Amino acid sequence: MSTVLTIGSGKGGVGKTTAVANLAVALAAAGEKVVCIDGDIGLRNLDVIMGLENRIVYDLVDVVEGRCRLRQAMIRDKHLPELYLIPAAQTRDKSAVSPSDMVRLCDELRGEYDWILIDSPAGIERGFKNAIAPADRVVVVTNPEVSAVRDADRVIGILEAEEKDTPSLVINRLNPAMVKRHDMLSADDVVDLLAVKVIGIVPEDDDVIVAANRGTPVALDPKSRAGQAFRNIAQRLKGVDVPFMALDDQGNLWQRLFAGRK
Amino acid sequence: MSASPLTLKIKGLRDSLLVTLPDGRWEELRGLLLNQIQERESFFRGARLALDVGPQALHVSDVSELRDALSEQGVALWAVLSDSPSTEKTAQLLGLATRLARPTPEVPRAPLETVEADKALWVDKTLRSGMRVEYPGHIVVLGDVNPGAEIVAGGSVIVWGRLRGMVHAGAEGNAAASVCALDLSPQQLRIAGEIALAPKQRKTPVPEIVRLKDGQLVAEPWHPDKH
Repeated sequence: MSTVLTIGSGKGGVGKTTAVANLAVALAAAGEKVVCIDGDIGLRNLDVIMGLENRIVYDLVDVVEGRCRLRQAMIRDKHLPELYLIPAAQTRDKSAVSPSDMVRLCDELRGEYDWILIDSPAGIERGFKNAIAPADRVVVVTNPEVSAVRDADRVIGILEAEEKDTPSLVINRLNPAMVKRHDMLSADDVVDLLAVKVIGIVPEDDDVIVAANRGTPVALDPKSRAGQAFRNIAQRLKGVDVPFMALDDQGNLWQRLFAGRK
Repeated sequence: MSASPLTLKIKGLRDSLLVTLPDGRWEELRGLLLNQIQERESFFRGARLALDVGPQALHVSDVSELRDALSEQGVALWAVLSDSPSTEKTAQLLGLATRLARPTPEVPRAPLETVEADKALWVDKTLRSGMRVEYPGHIVVLGDVNPGAEIVAGGSVIVWGRLRGMVHAGAEGNAAASVCALDLSPQQLRIAGEIALAPKQRKTPVPEIVRLKDGQLVAEPWHPDKH
């Protein structure tokens, strides 16, 4: 059984692409066969975060327009043999692909792979419509800030209108120390407004940026807190009941670190 | 199958085309429409299309599928007109217009069509950001109204939940309209022609009712004996 999982957010910069890359490596490291598709045609990033940009020969638009076979556009990951990336075209725009193209493409991949992850672009226009058309499940990524939550709410509303199953929520870049000081929305505040099931809370972690620049997603780093959070989300996607990390301890640790620095 | 030729009526509007479908099976009509568009590609390409489907009861998937098919032909579906309330609701869910008159600053909004003012629209879900519900009578929401959602009613509005979006009650000038909610913290609230910005947030919300008194919007806690 394969699952087409689209990751969206509405707002840009909340960590959709980071989430796709990390969930993909976490699922693949757990023995699943995974393909991820970069839906952000014209502004592709997923290849960079996965460290595969210099291997791109064909892309999604080449497949859709028949310039290559699907297989030829699939780039095998450097670390994980059961993980593939279908990159977006950089020199085209969202209108190069239609929702039905995406459905056809995913149907071709179904059966051979356990997970097909689609990285949705920001916004709610064509690119987003393309990304959700084939989705069996949708994960909405948000940050604990008012504007990101507002956009997540809009996206959830659109998914409801399109009669998709209720999406699950990833709250990304939560800073427990700021929450404690009441300077940031807490996970509860976010859930209170959005009223959807939370599938993961990822703490703010500098390693994520370092890892993205290096092209090795943080989920591959056993020591990283954010990496652990993404691995937990991958388990929950597989249906394993993993308890949520105690973010509070981390807050105390950070406070200790900061106190030590002063 | 009968040989009676089904024909589409196409009419030019100011900035779009209005296509009126004849009676018939949806699959046939859909095929007919897409055929016509393909045949007259240069005429339709880039057009904004309003579709009058008559009494057809359409499902969300029908309309969204048609919208995608049209967009592949370079035609943007922006409105679906129908006599069927369920089709209208479907179109609204997909963010499509259901009337031709679009609110623009210069053009006064088309008057809400006549529904007896004491009728109410029942909305049994949370309204999320970007959703807009408009009704000539009263509106009752069983759920929250999130920031970024809009409610426009000819009559009063009752929200059995948290009201955090924008509400306009008495939109046609009915100054007797009221707004009540279990937790009243709207972004903006309008009754008839008066506007009030978000009132203070209460720590422990109580049900409140807002009315127009001497040209001002006044919110009061709900006391059953007083009302």
